[in-house]
Order: sequence, then structure tokens, then C-alpha cells
Amino acid sequence: MALFFRSAASYKSPMRRIFGWGRRLGASMSDNRGGPWGPGGGDGGDGGSGGGNGGGPRNPWGPRRKKPGGVAGDVTSLDEFLKRSRERFGGRFPSGGRPYWLYGLVAFLALWILFTSVHRIGPQQRGVVTVLGRYSTTLRSGIGFSLPYPFGGVTKLDVEEIRTISIPGGEAENLILTGDQNVIDLAYSVRWNIKTPELYLFQIANPDATIREVAESAMRAVVARVSLDDAIGAGRDAIQQRVQETMQQLLDFYGAGVRIQGVAISQSVPPAAVNDAFLEVSAAQQQAQSYMNDARAYALQQTARAQGEAAAFEKVYSEYRAAPEVTRRRMYYETMERVLSRVDTTIVEAPGVTPYLALPEIQRRQLPAPQTPGGQPR
Amino acid sequence: MNVRNPIVLGIGAIALLILTASTFAIVPETQQAVIVRFGEPQRILNQYRADEPFGRSAGIAMRIPFMEQIVWIDKRIQSVEMDNQQVLSTDQLRLQVDAFARYRIVDPLRMYISAGSAENVSTQLQPILGSALRNELGRRPFAALLSPERGQMMDNIQSALNRVASQYGAEIVDVRIKRADLPGGTPLDSAYDRMRTARRQEARSIQAQGLKQAQIIRADADAEATATYAGAFNRDPEFYDFYRAMQSYELSFNNAQTGDNPRGRTSIILSPNNEYLRQFRGNR
Repeated sequence: MALFFRSAASYKSPMRRIFGWGRRLGASMSDNRGGPWGPGGGDGGDGGSGGGNGGGPRNPWGPRRKKPGGVAGDVTSLDEFLKRSRERFGGRFPSGGRPYWLYGLVAFLALWILFTSVHRIGPQQRGVVTVLGRYSTTLRSGIGFSLPYPFGGVTKLDVEEIRTISIPGGEAENLILTGDQNVIDLAYSVRWNIKTPELYLFQIANPDATIREVAESAMRAVVARVSLDDAIGAGRDAIQQRVQETMQQLLDFYGAGVRIQGVAISQSVPPAAVNDAFLEVSAAQQQAQSYMNDARAYALQQTARAQGEAAAFEKVYSEYRAAPEVTRRRMYYETMERVLSRVDTTIVEAPGVTPYLALPEIQRRQLPAPQTPGGQPR
Repeated sequence: MNVRNPIVLGIGAIALLILTASTFAIVPETQQAVIVRFGEPQRILNQYRADEPFGRSAGIAMRIPFMEQIVWIDKRIQSVEMDNQQVLSTDQLRLQVDAFARYRIVDPLRMYISAGSAENVSTQLQPILGSALRNELGRRPFAALLSPERGQMMDNIQSALNRVASQYGAEIVDVRIKRADLPGGTPLDSAYDRMRTARRQEARSIQAQGLKQAQIIRADADAEATATYAGAFNRDPEFYDFYRAMQSYELSFNNAQTGDNPRGRTSIILSPNNEYLRQFRGNR
């Protein structure tokens, strides 16, 4: 502040002095031991205290006006003046030091003004300009101007950058109640950017935290209206959509100047404590599926067999129709042949003789059979 | 005179500086200012008005140096949070509730007189938010919290809170439940149990459905096979009888002692009158 007022008061005269000195430089080159600066510094002090010193502020070119004679005359009178000046200050101020300091100040001020009133606004940025704290305008991309620092100020905000809030922040479970009073573990992120920079700056005390809270609140409100199955399954997209809308509405209502770009559910699972039961369900689904697969296999087998047998019967039947009696006999004999050739056959021929059926004998014959397969009488 | 100059200058500059600094003040867009003279509020600068855009009333302010002071009051929307209140619903279910209210100081003068500072407003509102929430939720069943009724409840809480807040010159913008959870321990465990049993039930029913479907598929297949058989065999039942008997004999008596069939052999005792032996007997 001090700096500023000081500079504001002496803003013009040093400038003029610079030009004056420039004009004078050629003349006093030979005597350049800080000469031109010396008087300048002197009158800086004088001028500040009242400026009644007359020649003070205009010293660098003062002699020229007073004595518009020759160049040489100028130099001598300047030397004299310098000498007098030094005597006047009693050597307390080193006359060579002060002017450097002053010009340093001027340069500093010039730079100050340059750096605090010219602003490069990047392509993705907007600059909110305030004049003495009052909002004046919002600068678009490019070069923008404002008053220098204590009077004006520019806050640059990146409006294109998409910021992301992840909820929950860490690894912890984020348990949310669903509409059917179940609990799910939900992790999601919200992407947003700044829509209206001045609103973002001035409207809400802590915009980032506000967006986070609004996100949590909106997500819970939306999830509280869907069922567990929707929340962990098919309803995710709808939830994301509705959370985004709710958040945008709410933030617009606050006037936050923020646009919600999207809400993404990254994880929506049952809590770890009940996960086993959920796995049982999917196991049961698999099992039911495998039951049905087995049944389908059986069905295919059954139908194919039926069709095969039916087809075989049809074929034989059509042959049979051609010559029923012969075919029938042939089939009978062939079958009997195959059957009787493989079994023990006893024929009781004599009529009137009661056949003795030696069942134990048959059994006995059967017992050693494994040792001598094929050695049986026909 | 000349010797004293820089000293006078310095002192003058400092005095001017102090005077300037204590006369002028910059009121930013984000703040409201109450000018107080010896503790008595005089005037308000940059007061919040709902329909006023930014860039109208903020800016430079003047005051009488050393007599008047500026009390800064935030103009932006503030937040007051209520963490982890246990709330009991009418159906005796406990809930762990986090809520927040957003408010704005709309009457800085009243706020200055009644609360003194913004922090005080926040600390005053916090317990009231808690009790308003408990009252409202305590009058409803737990399920209401998970229904569209929730919006109505929030409105009730907001108006209850607003009555108190207006005494502090604040206006409640919004009240929201951030989280409403079952408290850890028994309530959460029993909810988990309920979820588990519900899932088991679902698992069982899925299994049963699977079995049922499988059964139906089998039955359908059997029916189809039967129809196929019937369609074919019904063309000549008498021949089918013979044909099938032949197949059956072959299958039943075809028990040569092999690895597959270790049960032993069949013995057949034929009567000479058997049809097979008709030619064997030699009679035609």
C-alpha cells in the first residue's frame, strides 16, 4: 500500500524525468559519474516535501533552460550544481545511491503494472476481474487487462479441466441403503467442471466440498428408491443418470456455477459380510442350469432313440408286409438261434416221462463255469 | 527545515498510510460488512439480495478512522454439518444419520447482534439441525426414509430450522441427509442376516425351479418318444408284438458269460412241443 501511494504520486514525474534525461544524456556523457541521477534524486525528496524548490524537479534539464548557451557551459553549471547539492545535504545522503534506487523503483513499478494488469488467459481458462473487490467482468481466452494489483485483480480458473471426485476416497466400504432395506457397497466418481467462473468463486463458501456432499446426498437419495437387484445389476445406468440430474438441479439451485459432466458407478456389490450368500445364488443359478442341461441331454437321447427305433420298426415292417409269413418265420428262427446258441438247453423228448429237473445239478454246473468258460455242453 | 525534511516526510507518509488504511477498505464480493461505531452497528455494505447479480454493491468502502470498525460476514452459502446422529424411527429402528444444511447470512445486522460471528451461527444451528431431524424422523417409519416421502421430510426439517435460523439473520437454503445408515452391531448384523436368508431363499427357489424345468423337459421328451413309438408301432400291433418279443428274447437270454455280464448263464428246458422244435420232431 505504502509503495503504491508513493508510486502513484510520483508516477508522472519520474517518467518525464526519464525522457528529460534521455535528451540530456548526449550532453553530459563526458561527466557521467551519476551526475544526471544525482539531481533527480535530490528533487525527488524536495518535490515530495512540497516541491517549492522550484528548479528541483526539473533539474536535469533545468540548466539547459536557464542557460541555453553551449554544451560546455551546461556541463560546468551542472557540475557546480552537483557540488552545491552535495554540500546542501551535508554528505549525509550519498548522492550517487539515491537515484539508482529511484530508477529501480520506477522500473519496478513499470514491471509491477505490466505484470499485474496484463494477463494471459489460456485457451482453457477464464479470468474473473475484480475492481476494488467488486466483480467487473470475466475475461475470455487471450490477453486481458485489468487495473494493477491493489486496485484490480484477476483470478484465473480452468473451465475446461474435468475434475473428478471419488467416493469413497479410500478402500473402506461405502454402505448405502437401498429401497428394499438392503445394504450395498457402492463406489462411484463424479466428473465436473466450472461452468460460470464468477459464480464458482463468489457463491459458495467451499465449492469442492459442497459438490462432494451433494454427490453423496444425491446418490443416497436415488439408491434409496431402487431395489437391491437394480442397484447391483441392470439399474446402474439409470442411477447414474438420475444422480447427475439431481446434482445438477441442486447445484444450479445453489447457483454454484458448476456443471456435472457425469457420474460413474465403478463398483456396486453386496457388502463383504453377505457376499457368500450372493455367491450361493449364482451357484444355484449354475446348478439349475446344469439340471436343465442334463434334462435336455436326456430329452435328446430319448427322442433320438424313439425315432431310431420307430424308423427301424418301419423298415422291418415294410419288408414284412412284402412277405409276412416267411419274414416272420425267418425272424423267429434267427432269434431263437441266437438265443439258444448261447444258453444251456435241455430238451425233454419222451412223452409220458416225468422229467427230472435237477436244479441243484444245474446250479452246480453253473458254479465252476467261470473257470471253464465256453467248455459247456450245448 | 531541509534537514528535517526526510523525517517529516517519513512520518507524514506513515501517518497518511495509517489514515488511508483505516479509512478505506475493500469489500470483496464474498463478504458483507457491518460498520460498527464504538460497538454500535451503523450501516451494512454489500448486503446479500437474492435478485442482485455480482458487481453491484461490493467495492471500496469508507469509514471514520479509529471510530468505526468493520465486521466481516461471509456472503456466500455456508454449510453446517451434523455428524452421526442416532435417530429412532416410529417402528423402533435405529438409524445413523449424517445431514448437512446450507445457509446464508441474509441479515448481517441481526446476525451481528444476536450471534456475533459466523462461527457462532454455525454452532447454534448445529444442535437445532440435529433435533429437527430427530423430531421429523421420529414421527415416521423407517421405510419412509427410503421413499419419495423423504423430500417432504426434508422440507419440514428445513422450515423448522429456518424459524430458528431467521433469528440469527440466516436463511436455510437447503437441508439434505447425506447418509442414513444402519448403525454397526446388531442392527447391521440383522440386516445382513435378512439379506443372507433372502438370498438363500432365492438360491433354493432357483434350484427348485431348475429341477422343475428339468423334470418338465424330461417328461416332454418321454411323451414325444411315446408318441413316436405309438405312431410307428400302431400300424400293426400284432406284428409289433412279435417283433418286440423277438428283441426282448434276444436281450433277455443273450447272457453269455462275459466281462460285462458276470451273473451266470440261463438254462432253458424246452418241451418237444415247442414251436421251435416243430421241424425237429419231424412232423409236418
